[in-house]
Amino acid sequence: MTGRRLQYAGLAVLVALPFVGVPEYYMHILVLILIWGFVYTAWAIMGRFGLVSLGHGAFLGIGAYTVALAWNLLGLTPWLGIPLGVGLAVLVAVVIGYPCFRFRVVGHYFALVTLALGEVVRLTIVALRDHTGGSLGLTPNRYGEGTSLYALQFADKEVFYVIALLLWLAGIWIWRRVDASMARFAMDALSEDEDAAASVGVHVTAQKLRITMLSAALTALGGGVYAQYLLYVNPGTVSGIGVSLQIVFAAIAGGMFTALGPTVGAMITIVLAETLRIAIGTEVIGLDTTIYGVMLILFIIFLPKGVLGGLIELYERRTAGGAGAMAGKREVGGGA
Amino acid sequence: MLAVQDLTKQFGGFVAVNRVSFAVEEGEILGLIGPNGSGKSTVFNVVAGTLPLTAGSVRFEGKEIGGLPPDQVCHRGIARTFQIPRPFKRLSLLENVAVSAFYGQNRDISRSRAWEQAEEALALVKLPTEATATVDALGAAGLKKLELARALATQPKLVLADESLGGLDEAEMEQAADMLQDIRRQKGITIIWVEHIMGVLMRVVDRVIVLDHGEKIAEGLPRAVAEDPRVIEVYLGRQGTAAAAAADAARPS
Repeated sequence: MTGRRLQYAGLAVLVALPFVGVPEYYMHILVLILIWGFVYTAWAIMGRFGLVSLGHGAFLGIGAYTVALAWNLLGLTPWLGIPLGVGLAVLVAVVIGYPCFRFRVVGHYFALVTLALGEVVRLTIVALRDHTGGSLGLTPNRYGEGTSLYALQFADKEVFYVIALLLWLAGIWIWRRVDASMARFAMDALSEDEDAAASVGVHVTAQKLRITMLSAALTALGGGVYAQYLLYVNPGTVSGIGVSLQIVFAAIAGGMFTALGPTVGAMITIVLAETLRIAIGTEVIGLDTTIYGVMLILFIIFLPKGVLGGLIELYERRTAGGAGAMAGKREVGGGA
Repeated sequence: MLAVQDLTKQFGGFVAVNRVSFAVEEGEILGLIGPNGSGKSTVFNVVAGTLPLTAGSVRFEGKEIGGLPPDQVCHRGIARTFQIPRPFKRLSLLENVAVSAFYGQNRDISRSRAWEQAEEALALVKLPTEATATVDALGAAGLKKLELARALATQPKLVLADESLGGLDEAEMEQAADMLQDIRRQKGITIIWVEHIMGVLMRVVDRVIVLDHGEKIAEGLPRAVAEDPRVIEVYLGRQGTAAAAAADAARPS
C-alpha cells in the first residue's frame, strides 16, 4: 500500500515540476531522461526475454528520420510522420525478425544480426545524404514562430516536458501490461527452452515476433519524439552502433527486469554524460563511452539485475528475513 | 485414435526408424520399449512434431498430423513429457503449468480458468499447488511429475510419456506407474509410454511394442511379448535380468 502511495507522490512531483520554475537546463535534462527512459524501456520489453538487440538504433533512427524527412520533403505533419515512422520500424522488425525467429537464430547470432541492422540503417541515412544531410544531420524546418501544435514544435521546454512525461508514462504502462500478461510467462518459458515451450502449445515464432514488433514500434515512437524535441537529428545520435550499445548499457545498468529499471538507467547515463561533459569538457572525446564499457562489464559481473533490480532484491531480502527464503528451498514433491 | 503408418526417419544417411507402423486405441496404455538407440524416442519425437518425419504418415483421430509443428500437435490434443525434465526455472511451479493450460489447448480460455487448470494438474500428480512453490525445490521425482503436470494441463486426449521412470528409485518407479494408471482411469486419457526398462512398465500397460534398430520386432500383450524369443534375444546379454523381471511381472500372481 505504501508502494502505491509512493507512486502517486512521485507522479505528483513529476507533474508539478514544470509549474515550479525549474531552470531551463534542468528541464532539458529531465526531458532527455524521460525520452531516453522510454526508449530504454522499449528495448527492455524484449531484452528481458533474452532477445538481446544490439541494433535498436535502427528503429530509433527510422522513427526520427521518417518524421523529419516527411516534414521537410513532403510537408507531412509529425502527427502523421510519427505513425509512419512507427509503421516502417515495425515493418523492418518483421522483415528481420521473422526469418530469425522462424529459423532459430538465437542468442549471440541474433545479437549479431541486430548489430548489423543498426549499422545498415545508419549507413543508409549517410548514403542518402542528398535528402538526409548525411553525417551532418538534418534540421526539421521551423514552422512559423516556432510554436505550433500542427508541427509539433514548441519553444517552451515545459510543453515538451509534458509530452515526454506522457510518453514515458505510456511506456511504463505498456511494460506493466506486458509484465502482467500470460504472454510474459510464455516468453520467459521460451527464452529458457524453445522446444519445451513449443511442446506445450506456445507458438514460439509468433510470440517472439509480437514482442519484437512492440519494442520496435515504441523505440521508433521515442525516436520521432526525440527528433521533434531537439529539432535536429544526426545519424550517429539516433542510429548505428554507438547509440544501440548505449541503449543496451543503460537498460542493463538500471535493471531490465523491473518497470522503472531502464529509466534509472537513463538517469545514470545522462547524468554521467553531462557531469563528464562539464567536468572535463569535450577534450577527451569518447571518455564517457569508455566509462560505459567498463561499467557494463562490472554490472554484468556484479549486478546483473541492474541498480534498481539489485536494490529491490536487497530490500526484499531484508524484509523477508531468513525464514521465508529458507522455506522456499525445502524439498517438495520428492516422494509423496 | 492414433495410427502410425510406415513411419520413417532418417538423419542424413542413418535410418533411425524404418517403416514402423502401429495403432493406439482410445483409453489404452501402450508401452513402447526397446534397448537404447532402438529408435523409440525418435518415433516419439516425430509424433510430437519435435522432429519432422522423412516418410510415412501419422493420423490422429482420422486427420493427418505428420509434419505439423509441435505447438499445433499439442493443440490437436497430444501432449508430451521430456525424458530429461525441462522445467522453466524462471517461472514458479504453478506458472510452469499455467503456461501449458493457457497455450496448450485448441480453444482460448480465460486466464483464471488457466490458473485453475494448472492447480488441478499439479494436484493430479501430487505436487504443491501454492503460488510460492518453486521449481528449485523439486528433486528428480518431482521434476518428472512436473513434466507430467505440464502435459496434463493442456487437457490432452493422448499423452506421450518419455522415460518417466529414468533416474527414479524402486519405490518412486512404482508410484510413477500407479500415477499413469490413475490418470488414465480418472481422465480417460490415452497414454503411450516409452521406456527402456521393462519391469514396472509391463505391469501397467495393456499392450507393448518392441523396437530394435529402428524396426518393430514385436507387438502384443505384455506377457506374450516378454516371452517372445526375438525380444528375449534383444534384451538378453544386454538386459537379460530386465527381461526376466518383466516376464515375472507379466505373469498373473
